[in-house]
Amino acid sequence: MDSILLGLETALQPTNILICLLGVTLGTAVGVLPGIGPTATVALLLPITFEFDAVASLIMLAGIYYGAQYGGSTTAILLNLPGESSAVVTALDGHQMARQGRAGPALATAALGSFFAGTVGTIVLALFAPPLAQLALEFGPADYFAIVVLGLIASVALASGSTVKALGMIVLGLLLGTIGQDQFTGVPRFTFGVRELYGGLDFVSLAVGLFGVAEIIRNLESRHSAALVTKKVEGLWLTKDDFRRIRMPVLRGTALGSALGVLPGGGHVLAAFTSYSVEKRLSKEPKKFGTGVIEGVAAPESANNAAAQTSFIPLLSLGLPAHPVMALLVGAFIIQGIVPGPNVINDEPELVWGLIASMWVGNLLLVLLNLPLIGIWVKMLSVPYEVMFPAIIAFASVGCYSLGLNPWDVFAIAAAGVVGYFLIRWGCEAAPLLLGFVLGPLLEENLRRAMIISRGDPTVFATRPISASLLLLAAVIIIVAVLPSVRRKREVVFQGEDD
Amino acid sequence: MSTADLGNGAGHRPAPFRPDLLAGGTFIALGLAFAIGGSRYDVGSALRMGSGYVPLVLGGLLVVLGLLVVLMAFRGGDPAIRDVERNPVPWRRGGMLVAAILFFGFFVSGLGLGVTLFVTTFIAALAGHGTGVLKAALTSAGITAVCLVVFVALLRLRLPLLGDWLGG
Repeated sequence: MDSILLGLETALQPTNILICLLGVTLGTAVGVLPGIGPTATVALLLPITFEFDAVASLIMLAGIYYGAQYGGSTTAILLNLPGESSAVVTALDGHQMARQGRAGPALATAALGSFFAGTVGTIVLALFAPPLAQLALEFGPADYFAIVVLGLIASVALASGSTVKALGMIVLGLLLGTIGQDQFTGVPRFTFGVRELYGGLDFVSLAVGLFGVAEIIRNLESRHSAALVTKKVEGLWLTKDDFRRIRMPVLRGTALGSALGVLPGGGHVLAAFTSYSVEKRLSKEPKKFGTGVIEGVAAPESANNAAAQTSFIPLLSLGLPAHPVMALLVGAFIIQGIVPGPNVINDEPELVWGLIASMWVGNLLLVLLNLPLIGIWVKMLSVPYEVMFPAIIAFASVGCYSLGLNPWDVFAIAAAGVVGYFLIRWGCEAAPLLLGFVLGPLLEENLRRAMIISRGDPTVFATRPISASLLLLAAVIIIVAVLPSVRRKREVVFQGEDD
Repeated sequence: MSTADLGNGAGHRPAPFRPDLLAGGTFIALGLAFAIGGSRYDVGSALRMGSGYVPLVLGGLLVVLGLLVVLMAFRGGDPAIRDVERNPVPWRRGGMLVAAILFFGFFVSGLGLGVTLFVTTFIAALAGHGTGVLKAALTSAGITAVCLVVFVALLRLRLPLLGDWLGG
């Protein structure tokens, strides 16, 4: 608990509150713009955080992330335009509520549920991250290799599309991660003599291209119809009956989300879907789900947010990003000169706990500020796309260029955008690629270390209990993911996305 | 591409699903490129892996996965995208977007932030549906102004307003 106090002390410094507020507001502003999900928002705004010191910049990033997520639920509810896959579930009932003129209560439920879940998630995080980090200090290279493999495989199993394509995207990401100087020998790989590529591809460019530019090209396929939100949002407050109805769904959603969020590779999506179906099953009137019941908003929003919080556990204790936004945070850590891993919690307690506490503060600020400001966010939705996307291009170019004054980072945006557009068009998701890219160097380093330590004996991965069990788990996951019966079930779970 | 005759049941041989062919083909091509490129570096042995070892192995793996995706194309296609209606690729608009970004990369150090941003957003804005020259100019002027305020005045990023060629 001391650590939480230290965190609060850091997060509650006036400048940090201000920075958190700035992040939350910026994140919400960009997040509500249709067609930009949290990942793209964080990627786009990432460069502007690097002007601050490590603590402030990470606090701001976390604020952007929460704001973007909140903005995403706002568009999901008001426009039926979920910014990312976990908000898909929120859109099911949330948008129906909005169409019935209950947009206010739906938004309030999302905000309050998220806040409660975020609070619980923070406590879970504070309880579990330090012991796990302690445990992780005992891990050898073989164990680390196994963890990375497990994380990558798990992200495939949770992806909604084809398993083979997701695996291909991961491998492609890993390969892109090998571009640049080999960390063992110093040999420049795949740089074609271009000095600027020695440091590797810039991950911010890659993320901005894959999640921002690719999306714009996709939107240019057809004329963008103006967003139709003429309905006024009023009557934010919940009735007593509403409170009674959301109490248990919020609790159950929080519990589910906290547990599933730890899973690498999109536990928050799984949490949102699972909690929705749990509520549906427990409800006395399951048929009403999908027609605008408040439980259908409360449960997935809580689950999603609790999971978002606990997904920091693998990041802060092992240095493993659980989903693309975490991957962006890893990049932010590295740019700030901090190597994410089990040592961070001990070496930089102020940073880690300040970050954790600031996420809680950020959630609080969201509730206090954004509900009254909802009118402004709704207005932002009416910005025409023809104005918005050139602005995104401008922000992406300036942002990525300002990081290193390296024109290749700008070219990389264009390349990633084009390649991403086509691959997404052909049914390959971008998220696994980004995870692979971030984890690639870690994977290679530990593989090569493990092999040197074992004197070239590959059985080291099978004889060390930790790595053996993790790799076994990864194998099970991949077998299960390609089995036909599970496939069908997965399709049932994800079929809501077509609605 | 003929998606209409997919799923006609056994006996028929439906045409391969093109997106899967293209995705698989991309995987194979990139996998080969990395594998061949990797094999030119020191590959080493399992004990002392050289710089080329991991790219070679992963490149090979990507080729195998690409072949599986191609196989999927002949087996009726990826169910996740098989029945989704696809719009034509916006070659011209997408191309302008790419040109806008490339312009920024090529000219920002020479022309400085102000001019480059204006041209970049102007080209990008022209890619929009129903955006004429005047509307694009107004849009890009506005965005350039906002970006200069945010990045230069507020965030104080050390970016040259006027480039080397303009004596900045």
